[in-house]
Amino acid sequence: MSVITYRQALRDTLRAEMVRDENVLVMGEEIGVFEGSYKITEGLLKEFGPRRVKDTPIAEEGFVGSAIGAAMLGLRPVVELMTINFSLIAIDQIINHAAKIYGMFGGQTSVPMVIRTPGGGGQQLGATHSQNIELFYSFIPGLKVLAPSTPAEASEMLRAAIRDDDPVLFLENLGLYNSKGEVADDYAEPSNDNVATIGRAKVTREGSDITLIGYSRMAMVANQVAEKLAEEDIDVEVVDLRSLRPLDRQTFVDSVRKTGAAVICEDDWLTYGIGAEIAASIQEGAFDYLDAPVRRVAMAEVPMPYAKPLETAALPSVESISTAIKETLSAVGKRVG
Amino acid sequence: MADTAKPKGRTARSSGTRRRGRKDTSPGIANEKPETLLDYYRQMMFVRRFEERTAQAYTQARIGGYCHLNLGEEATVVGLMTALQERDYLFTNYRDHGYAIGKGMDPKRVMAELYGRVDGVSKGWGGSMHMYDTATRMLGGYGIVGGQLPLATGAALAISYRGGDEVVMCQMGDGTTNIGAWHESLNIAKLWNLPIVFVVVNNFTGMGTTVEMSSAEPDLYKRGAAFRIEGERVDGRDVLAVRDTASRLIERAREEQTPFLLEAWSYRMKGHSVVDPAKYRTDEQKTEARSEENDPIVLFGAKLSEEGILTDELRDEIAASVKAEVAEAAEFAENSPQPEVSTLFDYTYATPVPNESTRMPADPVFAE
Repeated sequence: MSVITYRQALRDTLRAEMVRDENVLVMGEEIGVFEGSYKITEGLLKEFGPRRVKDTPIAEEGFVGSAIGAAMLGLRPVVELMTINFSLIAIDQIINHAAKIYGMFGGQTSVPMVIRTPGGGGQQLGATHSQNIELFYSFIPGLKVLAPSTPAEASEMLRAAIRDDDPVLFLENLGLYNSKGEVADDYAEPSNDNVATIGRAKVTREGSDITLIGYSRMAMVANQVAEKLAEEDIDVEVVDLRSLRPLDRQTFVDSVRKTGAAVICEDDWLTYGIGAEIAASIQEGAFDYLDAPVRRVAMAEVPMPYAKPLETAALPSVESISTAIKETLSAVGKRVG
Repeated sequence: MADTAKPKGRTARSSGTRRRGRKDTSPGIANEKPETLLDYYRQMMFVRRFEERTAQAYTQARIGGYCHLNLGEEATVVGLMTALQERDYLFTNYRDHGYAIGKGMDPKRVMAELYGRVDGVSKGWGGSMHMYDTATRMLGGYGIVGGQLPLATGAALAISYRGGDEVVMCQMGDGTTNIGAWHESLNIAKLWNLPIVFVVVNNFTGMGTTVEMSSAEPDLYKRGAAFRIEGERVDGRDVLAVRDTASRLIERAREEQTPFLLEAWSYRMKGHSVVDPAKYRTDEQKTEARSEENDPIVLFGAKLSEEGILTDELRDEIAASVKAEVAEAAEFAENSPQPEVSTLFDYTYATPVPNESTRMPADPVFAE
């Protein structure tokens, strides 16, 4: 085992997959000469050359669509969108084309491509650069949406995404790039076939008092919350969704059936957000087991402000999630630390 | 750059000064084999009758959804498809029936797709706007204006990546030249030296909006200039002119590994789709769009008759065999089974993974 950053896990896995499969190429803005806005593609142009590392013009619809077309002919493009906010420029190609081509033509041609893109918030980037709109893609049958929260998961899930024959939206997070975690010693080997299962959630911490559900950066925060509350003798079980589509309802419903209570933490807006789907699934799958209403902790419903105190206040935090957990537990008469 | 008639200024009007579009812009018919010419005539006639049968089936509610026909564009369809090699790829917009047949799809299976049956080229999942067949390399049929441009550009990228010698043709309507995907795709295609020919089928009207109403530069073949893409315009009513111009650009794209732009103009005889009565057209415009002097089949037939290639006897023979084949296609479609509801979840994903939803509308999320 070695400890590396989430960024390094992505970079090295991407490289390994390029070594392994000649059909894998990377495309995006500033990924070659500039080596990536967040340096995920560092060194790749030097190693693989401009044929396989394609700097694109600022034309998201054009280059995402080109990647789809190339995938239709059997290449396996990995596209980088500088942030998920820019995916809006390419949304017609992602939703109307990548997601539809396999089904709309009766299963004749698959679209084996990956769109890597970070969500964010908390970086003082203002309203247009701080959104978490993975919901848009998670809503669409035909797409797969992955949201790893640790370096090991990032590596195994990126490998899975590249080898999968369907279009995968691979959600990263600005707040995770520098986070560290353990990975297997051979994580960067092209021969590594340790591939995550798409469509599975995971209990990342066992507990008995309440279930806390999150994904991407919020799954990391959820574990921090659980650790903190453990000091107050509150035993939190954490579920990392990992895959937003397909959604593994059984895993979190089983957890809620065990604990009897649930809080969902999400970096997107509450109304119609991912958490709404989770809460609806819990009421259907664990209605008789619930001792309290399901609570959601989500961003304040405003365009994200630039000023630091406002931005911080708008985002879910360890504190706000802890409060929601304690309120939920006290509502049902469970002990609160 | 040869400017082969029509467009310029207002669209669809019938002044006496506009007759130069009728001149024969194709090289001598005398150099062609009679059987080749007759084959083109038959193919054009086939598209005409196929589309008429389609319109009929649509009004009888055998065909659903939107339904856009190639009526009036038969010379463009056949000329372009003749120019394309078997190994070349094709992407089109939603007005795609004729192209599907021209690229080599079995008309029976195209009709079955229109009927939404299991023998359809897309097994009934696509319908009129989404003809697709990997075997003949017709890679769709796209219903979103401009959606096919980035895809076609990417297909050309894959060819270039592998050092292949195929070419991609990307067909679209005149209205497409104003959407973002047009600009982004042409720029990328030139920047990356991709073997692709963009073909604008200019029928002067995007639904009811004329080219002059929508395009600041209405000479559409010039609109590649911003990307240093050479463009040509051809009289789309002339099957030989279309074939020759398209062939030249396709072979140049193949050899020079660079994109080209072709504008083929012709008339859309009917409304935008089967249900559109085209009330926005003036009587004059309607007359022009439907006049025999703009009908590519009448024009070509007359030419072949003059040359003594198309005799009355042959004309009748072709008419009869086309009629029979179209009837056969309709019968095939009619008799093809409807898809089983049990196949509803067969084509959502190519790689199966856990927890894919197979819920029917009223099913509980947790079926235990």
